[in-house]
Parts: sequence; C-alpha cells; structure tokens
Amino acid sequence: MKLLYFAWVRERIGKPEEEIDVPAGVRTVGELVAWLSGRGEEYAYAFENAKTIRAAIDRTHVKPDAHIAGAREIAFFPPMTGG
Amino acid sequence: MSVRIQREDFDIGAEIAALTRGRTDIGGIATFTGVCRGTEGAERIAAMTLEHYPGMAEEEIGRHIAEAEVRWPLLGVTVVHRHGRLVPGDNVVLVIATSAHREPAFAAAEFLMDYLKTRAPFWKKEERAGGDGWVEARHTDAAAAERWVQDFEAGDGRKPEAAE
Repeated sequence: MKLLYFAWVRERIGKPEEEIDVPAGVRTVGELVAWLSGRGEEYAYAFENAKTIRAAIDRTHVKPDAHIAGAREIAFFPPMTGG
Repeated sequence: MSVRIQREDFDIGAEIAALTRGRTDIGGIATFTGVCRGTEGAERIAAMTLEHYPGMAEEEIGRHIAEAEVRWPLLGVTVVHRHGRLVPGDNVVLVIATSAHREPAFAAAEFLMDYLKTRAPFWKKEERAGGDGWVEARHTDAAAAERWVQDFEAGDGRKPEAAE
C-alpha cells in the first residue's frame, strides 16, 4: 500500500511517500497510525498528537475508524490551511 | 465547472470571459480573490509556500462545486488555486460563481471559499522574521464551514447568521 505524507507530517517522517506492507491485523486508519508510530521515532514524532492528524483514502477524507482494506493510497497530513 | 491547480498567476478578467463567452443567460457573476498578505498580526511575512496533494486537491474542490450546484442554480463555476512560493501581493486563489441572479452567485462563492479553507488539501508555510513555520488551522475557518453543514441539514441552502 502506498502512503503519502504532506506538510509537517512529511517533514517529520522525512519522506513524501513510501510503499509499505501493512500487517493483516491493522484494519483501520487509527490502527495504521498506531502501528506506524511504533516503526521509529520519526513516525512517533509525526503522529505524537494523533487527534491533529487528518487522513485520506484514495483521495477522499476519512475518519480514524475508516477501514483500510482495498485502499491503494493513504495520505496523512495536518489540518488544511489553503484558500 | 473548471478546477485548476497551478503555479502560474491567473487573469481574473480572462477567467470571467471564459465563463460568460457566448452566453446571455448569466445575470450575476461573483468573484473572490485571495491574495498573499505581508503581515500576520504584528509579524511581517516575506513569502509563503503552498504545498498541495496533487489529484486530491482537484477532486476535493470538484466535489464542493458539485455540492454547490445542488444547492444553488449556478450557470458555471471556476476555481483556480496556486501552489509554490508566493510573495505578498501575489494572487493565491480565485473563485468565480455565475447564476441568473446575484444571490446564488454570492452564496456559492462564499460556500466554496469556506470549504476550500478547511477541506481542500493545501498547506501554507510562511517565511517570517523569526523563522519559517507552517500556518496553523484557524478555528474560525472551521466554524465558517460548519455553518453550512448545520444550515443544509436544516433544509435551507442559504447562510444563517454568522456564529462569530
């Protein structure tokens, strides 16, 4: 599965995107955040305030309880500040 | 509808002309232009860089336009949002809404801007005297977008009294 990171989430993790094999037990966006946070201190730093992080599955906003099965790309980013 | 995410500047007159060319049914055109400010509170801003999520940015704005078209009788909408490094005075975003009358055009332009602020995947990083920093989301922007949700659930597409 392809993961994308934007803004300070990207800066903290240190890369804009990566391909990752997610364990079968990780079923939701929230579980994915928790699992990623255990992969290293850069991930733990990026996701330290999980409530602040926004997510999108296949370019559509989702909530932490959204299921990730079948997703092609999942993006994580801070609250948006465009316009 | 037309949605474009681009590095280059836009020409408001040309964008209006593209929406209205050859048509006589349009009676009202509302435009909003967002411009890069040189100050944030008391702090000077030298420039800002807009990052976006290519693909999703266009799709998300397109979804908002589709929703606006359900709420109001619009005759054409254009949204242009720039990305990359911008300096004070530069154009940032353009929304044009057209309708037979002014009310739907005004309302749709405001609706689209409120949603652009909180839902379109863009992030601003400012170059300030004290160092660079990502702009934090404003709760007033979230409240502005939320008004439309409550309003729509109440069965009225028009904007209620401002909460703040």
